[in-house]
Amino acid sequence: MLSIEHYLFLGLALFVIGVIGVITRRNVIVVLMSIELILNAVNINLVAFSRLYGDVVGQVFALFIIADAAAEAAVGLGIIIAFFRNRETVLADEMDLLKW
Amino acid sequence: MADSVLFYFFATIAVVGAVLTVTRRNAVHSAIFLVTSLLATAGIFLQLRAEFLFIVQIILYVGGIMVLFVFVIMLVNLDVALQQIQFARQKWVALIVALALAGQVGVMFWSTGKMPGQGFRPAAAAAGLPPNSEAVAKSLFSTYLLPFEIASVLLLVAMIGAVVMAKKRT
Amino acid sequence: MQTAVQATMEFLKLYWVPLVCGVAVVAVLPLIAGYIVLVERKLMADMQARLGPMRVGPHGLLQPIADAVKLLIKEDVIPENADALVFWLAPVLSVGAALLSLAGLAIGPAFQIAQDINIGILFVVGVSAMGIFGIVLGGWASNSHYSLMGALRSSAQLVSYETAAGMALVAGLLFAGTLNIKSIVDAQQSEGIWFGLLSPVALFTYLVASIAETNRAPFDLPEAESELVAGYMTEFSGFRWSLYFLAEYTNMIVVASVATTLFLGGWLRPFASVRWLNFLDFVPPLVMAAIAAYCVIRVPKQPSRVQQLFMLAVAGLCSVLALVLLAPVILPIAKPFYAGIHGGFWFVLKVSAYIYLFMWLRFTVPRYRFDQLMRLGWHFLIPLSIINVLVVGIALIAGSYFNLHGWGLLLTTTPAAIIALVAALAILSIEQKGQASENQATASDFYGG
Repeated sequence: MLSIEHYLFLGLALFVIGVIGVITRRNVIVVLMSIELILNAVNINLVAFSRLYGDVVGQVFALFIIADAAAEAAVGLGIIIAFFRNRETVLADEMDLLKW
Repeated sequence: MADSVLFYFFATIAVVGAVLTVTRRNAVHSAIFLVTSLLATAGIFLQLRAEFLFIVQIILYVGGIMVLFVFVIMLVNLDVALQQIQFARQKWVALIVALALAGQVGVMFWSTGKMPGQGFRPAAAAAGLPPNSEAVAKSLFSTYLLPFEIASVLLLVAMIGAVVMAKKRT
Repeated sequence: MQTAVQATMEFLKLYWVPLVCGVAVVAVLPLIAGYIVLVERKLMADMQARLGPMRVGPHGLLQPIADAVKLLIKEDVIPENADALVFWLAPVLSVGAALLSLAGLAIGPAFQIAQDINIGILFVVGVSAMGIFGIVLGGWASNSHYSLMGALRSSAQLVSYETAAGMALVAGLLFAGTLNIKSIVDAQQSEGIWFGLLSPVALFTYLVASIAETNRAPFDLPEAESELVAGYMTEFSGFRWSLYFLAEYTNMIVVASVATTLFLGGWLRPFASVRWLNFLDFVPPLVMAAIAAYCVIRVPKQPSRVQQLFMLAVAGLCSVLALVLLAPVILPIAKPFYAGIHGGFWFVLKVSAYIYLFMWLRFTVPRYRFDQLMRLGWHFLIPLSIINVLVVGIALIAGSYFNLHGWGLLLTTTPAAIIALVAALAILSIEQKGQASENQATASDFYGG
């Protein structure tokens, strides 16, 4: 029998993997992908709770999160393209113009 | 029974896909594994009887956002980047942060004991509800109309922002 | 042991119809796709005053099988620097998505693999949209410039046209008020009118966008053979190449079925709710009988004995079909099967007509340039479809205010369609004026077209 903890642990696992990806990867595109993973983990929790309480509110908020992810991906990738055009790189630690 | 099998099947794919997403050297491979993970998550949504979210996940995430990712990966030619080190020097930071997060959730589980309403009530909960997409739509367009409108404005802003960012300076 | 057997029986009882249907679809679809190719070649030949394939079988009727055998025994070439795993995965993804989306479709009220899914038409559209990964990844994995160019074009094209197609579907769904395929067709039956007539702009938008989504001419830029060799398919050969082809033709069937279900009344006979037109039920058997008679007449003209026998076999098949179609109309016992049998006939007829339109456009319209394609999508189709959703909504509200139903709804929806068209054309003309005065960089040098 499945209980809510199963889903919470799955969400936690995906979330932690996503966080590790965000912190360790140098490639900004992969960092953005890891952020998608994190958002996805949150969605799993929301939908699981929506099922637990027999209510669709969790699903509605998951929808908002997906819309948010779309907005984030569009702007993030736009920035990456603009940055790549100027500096010819997508590595996070080479974005150091303000550092000296 | 069938529910458990489906859950473990999709959960395994989702986690393995997520791990490979983070560890692959090639960004396109990362994207493929992320798609796998997202599809498995869609399967989990379906197993939770959230049909509408299942298809939204496929259309928006897989059919929209990930295509955008792959497109951008191809646009910024990464042949050079492939030869370089893929991980920054923050491995230990990442490990600590991840452990801290996991520990935090563990403490939460431990301190609250069991969640309310242990286990799902599949038939009882599902029978009383209207079909899923209708229920979501009703909730979305009545109670959560304002957040919905705000989300649409957010998307508009994002669209304009992306166009301005990616546009060539003339 | 006992319980395991029981569990298996239970499982089979629940799922045998979907399982059998699924296996049947996967087994039969390559054959259907092959014959669609044959029809296409014959049509093209006819429009160009040629004969087309004539050698294998009578009038080239066995050509698809010969082609399939040829493709299967071809050498399987993988380029040296290709990403082998992705190269292997891409065609499978493409064809898998196309086949999976068939599961949501319904040929008649009886023929549906996944019965009564709540998200019906969205499932079909969403899953078939996944096929784009096959194209993009295939183009990338080939490690060739032509392929990559094709993949870039394809992803840009599909993402832009998906928006227009989705908005067109929304306009159609406003009339139906449900996503369930069966309920959509039922709604058209109770209204007594096809939604395509109520919202011609949505039908038109979906038609154009679906051609672009299936990468057919005049929008076949991803594989434009006169500029990109063969686009994303350049490095593929033999079986992998034929998988791409199977995916393309399956996608044609899918978009045609979606359009038929939502806009052309699905499996309903034309004017299904008009009682005095019931004599139209005799049309399907008559059509089949006419084909059979024609085949019999043509028998003496065949050059060889085998071909004569083949024609007779076709005639026999058609007459059996005619009898099957006739039975529910005249025999009271067979009445319950009416919807299934006749529904299948009308559905296949409508889908064929839609696919015929695709072929017709392919032979007559020259290929678009990439920036023209993008302009058509973003500057005309997407505004048109969005305005259309808006005005269709207003028309529906006005219709319910004046208590209009069925054909009466045309009173409000026709002006709505005209308004949408005029507005979109106005936007286009204003935009073109701006374009001419500025002479800016076009989309093509950005997307590498």
